[in-house]
Amino acid sequence: MTPELIHRLHFAFTITFHYLFPQLTMGLGLLIVVIKTVALRSGSQEWDSAARFWARIFGINFVFGVVTGIPMEFEFGTNWARFSQLSGGVIGQPLAMEGVFSFFLESAFLGLFLYGEKRISKRMHWFSAVMVWLGSWISGFFIIVTDAWMQHPVAYSRLPNGQFEVLSFWRLLLNPWGLLQYMHNMTGAVVTGSFVMAAVGAFYLLDGKNKEFGKIFTRVGVIAGLISTIAIIFPTGDLHGKYVAKHQPAAIAGMEGLFKTETGAGVVLIGQPNEETGQIDNPLVVNNLLSFLIYGTTKAEVTGLDRIPRDQWPSALPLLYYSYHIMAGLGTYFVALMIAAAFLLWRKKLFSSRWILWLLLISFPFPYIANTAGWMTAEIGRQPWLIYGLMRTSEGYSHVVSSGNGLFTLIGFMGLYALLGLLFTVLVYREISHGPAAQTSELRTAIAD
Amino acid sequence: MDRRRKRANYALQSQTDANELSKKELFIMMGFIWFWLVAVMIVGYVVLDGFDLGVGILHLFLPRSESEKKASLHSIGPVWDGNEVWLLAGGGTLYFAFPLLYASAFSGFYLPLMIVLWLLVLRGVTLELRNHIDVGVWLSLLDGVFGLASALLAIFYGAALANVLRGVPLQSDGYFFLPLWTNFQPGVHPGILDWYTVIGGLVALVALTLHGALWLIIKVSGELEKRARNLINSLLLGLILLTVVSLIGTIAVRPESLNNYRHYPLTFVVPLGVLAALAGVWWFNRNLQPVKAFLSSSTYLFFMLAGACWGVYPTLLPATTGADRDITLNRAISGPHTLAVGLAWWLFGMTLAVAYVVFVYSRFKGKIDADTAAH
Ligand code: HDD
Ligand code: HEM
Ligand code: HEM
Repeated sequence: MTPELIHRLHFAFTITFHYLFPQLTMGLGLLIVVIKTVALRSGSQEWDSAARFWARIFGINFVFGVVTGIPMEFEFGTNWARFSQLSGGVIGQPLAMEGVFSFFLESAFLGLFLYGEKRISKRMHWFSAVMVWLGSWISGFFIIVTDAWMQHPVAYSRLPNGQFEVLSFWRLLLNPWGLLQYMHNMTGAVVTGSFVMAAVGAFYLLDGKNKEFGKIFTRVGVIAGLISTIAIIFPTGDLHGKYVAKHQPAAIAGMEGLFKTETGAGVVLIGQPNEETGQIDNPLVVNNLLSFLIYGTTKAEVTGLDRIPRDQWPSALPLLYYSYHIMAGLGTYFVALMIAAAFLLWRKKLFSSRWILWLLLISFPFPYIANTAGWMTAEIGRQPWLIYGLMRTSEGYSHVVSSGNGLFTLIGFMGLYALLGLLFTVLVYREISHGPAAQTSELRTAIAD
Repeated sequence: MDRRRKRANYALQSQTDANELSKKELFIMMGFIWFWLVAVMIVGYVVLDGFDLGVGILHLFLPRSESEKKASLHSIGPVWDGNEVWLLAGGGTLYFAFPLLYASAFSGFYLPLMIVLWLLVLRGVTLELRNHIDVGVWLSLLDGVFGLASALLAIFYGAALANVLRGVPLQSDGYFFLPLWTNFQPGVHPGILDWYTVIGGLVALVALTLHGALWLIIKVSGELEKRARNLINSLLLGLILLTVVSLIGTIAVRPESLNNYRHYPLTFVVPLGVLAALAGVWWFNRNLQPVKAFLSSSTYLFFMLAGACWGVYPTLLPATTGADRDITLNRAISGPHTLAVGLAWWLFGMTLAVAYVVFVYSRFKGKIDADTAAH
């Protein structure tokens, strides 16, 4: 294996694992604020315990996010040294800002939120929940700005020694690519949060224990789920897709499996891209739809891979195609599920419809898959560029780190993360089976037990 | 796109010919400022995360009963994550202010850094998860891993600093790669671990253990507090010896470290500060003034790090392969625009951050009361 491949796998593996946790942090952070607000306004004991229950799960999830996030910060230097050397002046800014503006905020108020309930007033406790949520969303923003600059570099110039430098702070932060990506990605995080909350609620309702909490969780999960699953397709996914089509034609052609430039291009619903023959095997196509989605008219011409030099094709074409189709396919399923569930909620039948509760229960892994697939689409679609149009991935990895050393630490991370995954599952399972009710009788601090 | 780039080039062009001198002065000024800003963040990290690492090391043997263990962990529970953020924010600042240094050092120290990352992961997880587990055997396992990871981290940090002071075999392109060890001699092609860097590791181990013990004295009460107090003087004695040995070692390995001091003799206050801080720890501890003793030990860490920075300045990473290969401030620093933009938000952001830190510490001040600890 070449060092380049090892470093790519190294980064891809560790970031993919990391992102499993923040997506729940960011989604759940918002939902906890919602629950805390209801609790504060109504003075209801039950909603208070509900918030405390989710705070404990949030706490566990947060720790895993933190410990898997720290390696990410360093991997830019360890595995992508030449990239860091040239781009540090730009990329390093939002990364450092993430630490300075959000991690300090988040960790300070999380300490208060989890440990300090008895030391501060109810209002202050609510306020710290809000700050934790804000902190996590600010963190998401800076990291997306970082990624967006690699996808769509703006506001830079080059110094005589080849280094990039920032020209405008605001244009870097308000990179249109980043704003679109941010909206879509944060909505994706809320989707994860809603599905997890609804699934725990469904579990309690099906199980028959903690039924009152089951109702709260399912209700909040389904309402937030309905809003976010719609928003993730329209407007955010739609806008993001149009922007990609405009600025990364090779990526969109790969995502759609469009080998030939076409007027009135169709959307392939299923089918396997075949790189050798340059076509889709066994396709099921909706004619003209792609042209319509991108340009708003069925007649528009969409650039296919044939117009793109072979050395600028995304290097893992089938993976790109499948990732994108998995994301979009799951997105469609989510909307259908949430519309059905919300309808039943409205008709007051949800809590007794076992079939849909079962669906809600088993669907919680799918947003994780959709989010991961979405990131794979974005990152693989950017290939072979590390900074789109400016620096190739093959020019960016740490040339002093041999593939043997890279492989060694990759395997190390895999082992360690397998252990973490196991621990996480056991701990969250324990919290869920203890249930929120157990906490109401004794006044305990959120995490301390 | 093209127009933008033209404008950028034009901006660079005009920068070079118009008032050349003052630009250059500004640039040197910027380098100076950012060098010390990064240094401040490192000091912040060592002083703050230092005490929770120290509490972690002490966790291996100091607290005996379950309630003592809980009290000891509660003393760092709400703050350790925030303390670790100084590392991240410092790393990020280093990244954009001195990209070449970040790139070269992080890839060159690849293996030990990865081990540090694994230790940070293990330490964070074991510390938090202790709260969610109630089976004695597992608790002992978590305690052991937590304590060992803390101790190893302290050793690695000390060794890392010593590696920077000793220098690394930089190639002409500014990169290097170090094996974990060779023959334990700090020559032209050393390993990460040689006799000198091992001493550095030991200094850090003892210094942070002391720092952690002083923190515990502030935060806990009863038997545990007494035991921590009894430990101070022997730790202090060990630290004084190790500090002196390491200073001599540094001069032996890299005599140039003294150059700045010779040029500016006033700066010999730094080693005096180190000694005064150690004396302060002893004095305040004797007079039962734990907060002042803790601040003295923070001052010790500050002077040690500041002294080390001053010893290499304006080099950032010395080369064992010849001074012309040193990574110097001017070679590693980002463009002027980047630094100016950075300065604006950095000052604002760090002011906020310090405000949070003060706020949180003030909320959690005082001893851990028995009922919280009993959880
Ligand atoms: C719950 C998660 C989820 C769901 C259901 C969807 N997405 Fe998504 N998508 C993401 C989560 C996500 C993401 C993880 O948030 C990504 C990765 C990078 C990013 O910013 O957002 C993303 C990226 C992403 C991209 C950018 C790819 C690139 O940058 O090259 C496009 C064009 C879409 N999405 C479009 C859609 C459409 C049309 C969807 C609906 C059918 C959809 N996404 C559903
Ligand atoms: C700010 C956020 C991110 C940044 C700055 C970033 C940056 C990078 C870098 C430097 C690489 C290695 C070079 C390359 O192969 O192009 C990479 C690859 C990759 N990243 Fe990201 N990434 C980010 C977020 C994510 C997330 C959240 C995921 C997934 C959950 C992800 C998935 C991947 C994958 C799958 C690859 C491998 C692509 C390939 O090998 O073709 N990235 N990314
Ligand atoms: C290369 C990319 C990334 C780096 C360097 C990185 C770095 C980190 C670090 C160091 C932490 C721990 C913070 C602490 O100590 O409090 C963290 C946590 C977090 N990260 Fe990432 N991260 C990356 C990708 C992402 C992405 C793509 C997102 C979301 C869009 C994200 C969102 C978060 C959030 C919300 C947290 C807070 C707590 C949690 O993890 O649950 N990160 N990240």
